[in-house]
Amino acid sequence: MSAGLLETVASQPAPAPAPEASGALETQRARFEWLLGLADDRLILGHRLSEWCGHAPILEEELALANIALDLIGQAQMLFELAAETEGAGRSADALAFLRDSRDFRNMLLVEQPNGDFAFTIVRQFLFDAWDLPQLEALCASRYKDLAGFAAKACKEARYHLRHSHGWLLRLGGGTQESNRRTQAALDELWRFTPELFLTPVLPSMSSTSDASEAHFQETVRAALSEADLTLPDAAPFPALRGRAGLHSEHLGHLLAEMQVLQRSYPGAKW
Amino acid sequence: MNAAGTRSRAIAKLRTVMDPELPMLNIVELGLLREVEVEEDGLHITLTPTYSGCPAIETIVAETRRVLADLGPVSLRIAHAPPWTTDWITEDARRKLRAAGIAPPAGRVAQPEAVRCPRCDATASEQVSAFGSTACKSLWRCANCDEPFELLKLI
Repeated sequence: MSAGLLETVASQPAPAPAPEASGALETQRARFEWLLGLADDRLILGHRLSEWCGHAPILEEELALANIALDLIGQAQMLFELAAETEGAGRSADALAFLRDSRDFRNMLLVEQPNGDFAFTIVRQFLFDAWDLPQLEALCASRYKDLAGFAAKACKEARYHLRHSHGWLLRLGGGTQESNRRTQAALDELWRFTPELFLTPVLPSMSSTSDASEAHFQETVRAALSEADLTLPDAAPFPALRGRAGLHSEHLGHLLAEMQVLQRSYPGAKW
Repeated sequence: MNAAGTRSRAIAKLRTVMDPELPMLNIVELGLLREVEVEEDGLHITLTPTYSGCPAIETIVAETRRVLADLGPVSLRIAHAPPWTTDWITEDARRKLRAAGIAPPAGRVAQPEAVRCPRCDATASEQVSAFGSTACKSLWRCANCDEPFELLKLI
């Protein structure tokens, strides 16, 4: 790690509190942070999926995971542009992606979890996709036109993503004893991160529909698990850490070190 | 030159900008070019990328600027809404895709059709992978002639 990176880390200001109280007066900062959360989920999950490049179990999955990664990173870029515009501080999408430190990232803990084996990656992806698609469908009706435009585009991609992760969940769950065991283990490990998916209220300026999405998510998950011969883990405890508030597991720091090393070492580098 | 003349010259030039990942198609017939307006301060161009993360868009933007360079100032806007749809691909472009061995999108979004093998035209095909060499394609195999082929996903 370069000295430049350490200095930058040390000089980061303390993160502002995440938008919490519903009904509180919506501030520009709250809108910025909310958009950032949506963007960071995609950037971090996209980066995680890109780590499979050259390591996927079969060629078709090599293509699929890289394609989904590309979609998510592209979606993140669009959202970073909206967030930067909302913040109005002249930061670019690249600055938001590459020049923030772990405490300033607003992604949920689920997406930063390391890839594990293929079953682990698929379960992580399925939980994200099952949450993401109904959310995007609701955002298509947002009064915030640019966000609705983003959602209309992202929806089309998210349908493919869910079809992919859902299809694999069924194949792995209903496959061999070993594939079922690994998929169940992944589910048992990842389930504790799911309460965070519904912890942050949607801002009224962002979406007109309030959270009917949790029921939708539970329904998608239950149906898929029973079809895949998998067992829903016990109710997850309230999370101690909060990705949306900038409180991350140690995994995010390692991911950022790798993802940001170029811009941190050679600020403004282009090709 | 009047505005209409400038506009048609611009469009003619934009027909020489090819998609780097589908090099048989230009950005007009692929439906990426959404608007060309001639204003007092120059040309206003609106492009819509196929997929959010489409890596070809940077090359397309650079190439668009290059071919329009002698038509005065150009302001270029990337619009994500309304989202790109394969319905915007012209009939002529669909023929070119088929001729290049890539199956064009099967029908329209509101009216999907059976996937046809671009080589033998049979409809007995099976999907090998929902994701192909680029975000816009999937992989198929023809059950009639046994040849693998790529299909532009209906979106």
